[in-house]
Order: sequence, then C-alpha cells, then structure tokens
Amino acid sequence: MDIPPLTNGFEIVYKKPQTLTETPMHYCPGCGHGVVHRVLMEVVDEMGIQDKTIGVAPVGCSVFAYDYMNIDMQEAAHGRASAVATGIKRVLPDRFVFSYQGDGDLAAIGTAETIHVVNRGENILMVFINNAVYGMTGGQMAPTTLDGMKTTTSPFGRDPKSAGHPLKITNLIAQLPGAYYVTRQAAHTAASVRKLKKAVQAAFQYQKLNKGTCFIEVVSNCPSGWKMTPAESNKWLEENMFPIFPLGDLKTPAQTMN
Amino acid sequence: MSTHDEKSDVRIMKGNEALAEAAFRAGMQAYFGYPITPQSEVIEYLMEEQPNYDCVVLQAESELGSINMVFGAAGAGARVMISSSGPGISLMQEGISYMASAQLPCLIANIQRGGPGLGTIQPSQGDYFQATKGGGHGDYRLLVLAPASVQEMADFVVEGFRLAEKYRNPVMILTDGALGQMMEKLELPKAGCLPHTVMPWATTGKPADGERRIITSLFMQPEKMEEVNLLLQKKYQQMEAEEVRYEEHEVEDADVILVAFGLVARICQKTMELARKKGLRVGILRPITLFPFPSKRLAELASKVDAILTVEMNAGQMLEDVKLAVEGRCPVHFKGRMGGMIPSPDEVLEAVEAIVEHKVEMER
Repeated sequence: MDIPPLTNGFEIVYKKPQTLTETPMHYCPGCGHGVVHRVLMEVVDEMGIQDKTIGVAPVGCSVFAYDYMNIDMQEAAHGRASAVATGIKRVLPDRFVFSYQGDGDLAAIGTAETIHVVNRGENILMVFINNAVYGMTGGQMAPTTLDGMKTTTSPFGRDPKSAGHPLKITNLIAQLPGAYYVTRQAAHTAASVRKLKKAVQAAFQYQKLNKGTCFIEVVSNCPSGWKMTPAESNKWLEENMFPIFPLGDLKTPAQTMN
Repeated sequence: MSTHDEKSDVRIMKGNEALAEAAFRAGMQAYFGYPITPQSEVIEYLMEEQPNYDCVVLQAESELGSINMVFGAAGAGARVMISSSGPGISLMQEGISYMASAQLPCLIANIQRGGPGLGTIQPSQGDYFQATKGGGHGDYRLLVLAPASVQEMADFVVEGFRLAEKYRNPVMILTDGALGQMMEKLELPKAGCLPHTVMPWATTGKPADGERRIITSLFMQPEKMEEVNLLLQKKYQQMEAEEVRYEEHEVEDADVILVAFGLVARICQKTMELARKKGLRVGILRPITLFPFPSKRLAELASKVDAILTVEMNAGQMLEDVKLAVEGRCPVHFKGRMGGMIPSPDEVLEAVEAIVEHKVEMER
C-alpha cells in the first residue's frame, strides 16, 4: 500500500518497530492479535535481539504470524508449537525462543505438550491468546468457551454437563515447578497493553537468565467469532471473560523461590 | 584387539545399541524419543553415553511431542534422530508429513513389531507400506534404508544422515525387533566421519545483514502449493535416479529369484544354499533402499528367470512393488508370515520347491 507520508515537519514519536514486516495483517477489525504481535516485537526491538530470537507460530488465526514478525520463525503443527520451540531451544540454548498459540492449540489439542514443556521448565516464553473460540475455522467451541456461550458447535450455549467448564489451563500451569513466571494479561486498552508489555519484557529477561518457562495468557476478544462490533466485544470481554479469567500474576519469581 | 575393549571400533553389540553408538559417531546433535519395545535400548544407550558427546538426548512425553521436537531442532539446523516402533511411528506420521513438506532433514528408525494395533513385540515387516508410500497425509516419500545386519544398523545411520541432509528430506531406517535385539560383531564408524555443513535455511536467528528464514509447510495459494509439490516430486525422482541400492547373490544362472529385504534376506540366503545343494538354481535380490525401489534391476532379472518368490514378514506389501516392477515378465509368488512370526529357511525352500514342481507339471 502506498500511503503518502504525513510526517513532514513533525517529529515521529511512535512508529512501527523494525521487527514487524511491511505485510498488512489479515486480522479482523478489533482483533487483539495485531496488538500482541506488536508488543512482542517492540520488546525484541528494544532488547536488540532480532538476530537471536526465533518464534514458533501455531495453527489458528495467528498461523501467519511469521508473515508479520520480521524474525526467523517456524510454523508448527496444530498444538505442537511448544514442542517445536523445545527442539529449537535445546539445540540453540543461547537464543530467545517463544511460542505463540491460541486456546484451541494450546489448551485442547496441545494440552500434553503444554503441560510437559512447562513441567520440564523449558527455558522459553509461551504466549497464550485466549479468546474462548476457534477463530480461524469459523467460531467453534474452544476449551475456554464460557458456560452458556453460543458458538457454531454449541449453538444452544456451552452445556457444562456435556462439554465441561472452561479450562483454566493457566491456573494448572502455575502449579508446575518448571513454571517461573505465569501471568494473565489483556490487550484491549492502552493501560492493559502497557501492563502486557511489562510482562513480556520480564519474560524475555528471565529467559536470558535461564530461569525456566514463562507463560503469558492474554485474555482477548474475537469480534467476528463472537458476532459483535469491536467495541461491543471489548465490553463483553470485561463483563464476561475477566470474571472467569481474572487478570494478574498467577506466579511470580518471588513465589517460585518459596 | 579384544571386542570388549571400549576404545576399539570392533565390538559385539545389539542392533539397537549399534544404531545409537553410530549416531553419536556420525555427529548427531539431538535425539528425542519415547520408550517402546523392541527398541528402548536406543534411548537407554544414548542416555547412558550422552555425557561423552555434545548431543541433546531428551525423553519426551509422547511420540507426538518427540517428532515435533525433531521438527524444531532440524529446523534450527541440527542433525537429529528419532526412533520408535509401529505404534509410535504411527503417532509420528503428522510430524513426518510436516517435515517432508517443510523440507527438513532427519533420521527416523522404525524397529518394527507385529501389528496392527498394539500387536506384539515380536519382529515384523508390516510397516512397509507406511514407510515407503509416505505414511502421513499428502504426496511425499521418505528415503527408506533396510539393514540386514548389526553392521548395517550402524552403517546406515551415517548414510541416512548424509542422504537426509543431501535431499533435505526425512530418511527412515526400516528394520525389525530381531535385528534390534540380536548381537553381532561389527566395526563402528569413526567419530567425525560425517562433517557438519552450514544449513543456510535454518532458523538460527535472522542475520543482521541477511534475509530471515521461515520453516513452514503452509502454502495457501494452490499455485504455490503445487509448486512445492512439484519440487518434492523432483527430489523423489532424483532419488530414484541416483540412490537405488540393492544386493544380489547367484542371480546369473538362477531359475527362481527370491526377493526379500532386511532380516528375511538373510533367511533366504540359507534357503538359497539349501536349494543349491538340491540342484535348484535359486538366487536372491535384496533391495537395500525400499524407496527408491530397485525396479529397473528387478525388471531385467524378471525377463531371465522362470519365477520370482517374494518373501516378507507381512501379508505381501513389497510384493506390490515387485509386481509393478516385473510387469508380468514372469510369475511372481509370495511367501509370508505375519504377526511376529519369522519364516524358516525350510518353509521358504518348500515354497521354492512348490513353484518348481508346479512349473514341471505345467510343462508336462
């Protein structure tokens, strides 16, 4: 896209990090993925580790994350991003390695990999985007879909008697000794983005110090899957998702030491 | 030199141990595995000896986990091996398909056991189709090597890594529980026998002044996906042109040729000796590469012999490739045992005699 520069005579104070590519993102209007991609790449930029960072993309809406992040990346099979990240990190222990996965990927089909990667304390960052729905395949029920929430495969609302309750996998993760830093964040307001960035910065610093697995859940929205406008989805996120997935640290290094 | 001397390259070892030691000596940089009979000695041996080598050895939570760790490590440019048996290899098919598409080299050892299902832990060749026809989803092939001795269990590790890296494609060593468990004398390959080369495509961190690397098997545009498929097919055609390997015995004057791979080829060797003593002119063709298959040589021999007898420890899988190669030039017979049963030289001989007698009757 040719967009004429509007910056003549002005000082640029906010711009695209050089670790994001020029490729326009395919995400729906209001989707949180773009923001989280940017936060990750801002931190990589600021730490000057573009040449030392390897990302692993999942299967799901962010399957093309490698089109947007200007770093070496691998595209994993559905659910296996953390296993792929393990393979990379084990042979390149001085690199920064992260996996980026959605709820279906990380908490359904990839649950075994998720639990065991963290239990071994693999020295990687796992970024977990939880929007309670399978976005890419068209809005089916996810392991984190809320009770009573309508999706294309729970058309009358998730029935816990048949489908169980939403899986709070981050709470499980926090119980494992291999987890060093586990936090649940959001990316829908300026304030939440700033907090998310602090968490990402901390996670990369911990990885540098070989501390173990860092796990960041981002409770996010899916306007298309939820059939809402972006503004409505953010309101719904706060009113319905946050009570079930409350934001904040689940495990901090101080707790890990105890 | 004593065979018990740890410093000696000449040892008496189990096939599984020979495979493991040869992998270290061939410069393996990572192994990810999961225990399964009859090949658990591979990971046990590697764990025990790992302190002596600069190599990652990790026991994963499942074969799904381990093959995807192989994906990651291979994508990062490491020389990687994985091993398992039937049920575990079935679980790995997802990752193997992804690796073939993403063009990642790795060495996979399948120490076959009887199936289907959980089956038995006794030796079998029931995974021939799975190994040679792809195994997972999509159009792809593995280069498949079939050792017939403990010596070859070691030699084919070196050759397997070399071929995997040459073609950027997974290579499979297809063997069985008997070869994995039995002990034989062998000469191990020398450490450092296979130098490491730089993999410019590997994701090791984007070079400051270079292009970033992406390892993927996702090509959404059908035109691009077809292009990738054509590239893969070109590699498989090159393998067919350059990598066919086989071994033959006494085929020059043979009336009946036994076609067998792996352990069964050794059983057929004994059958051949017994038959020759009885005045029956029997020869052997032993495919060493199962893909690419020695079709051309088989076609040549088929026009010179009365019959071919394919012998396998399955219901007749390589048999289909033999028939495709022979194209009706001579009758193709089959003798097989299944479910962990090993054919004896005598019962193969009986099959040979039945073919010869039948031919004599027909001529009357």
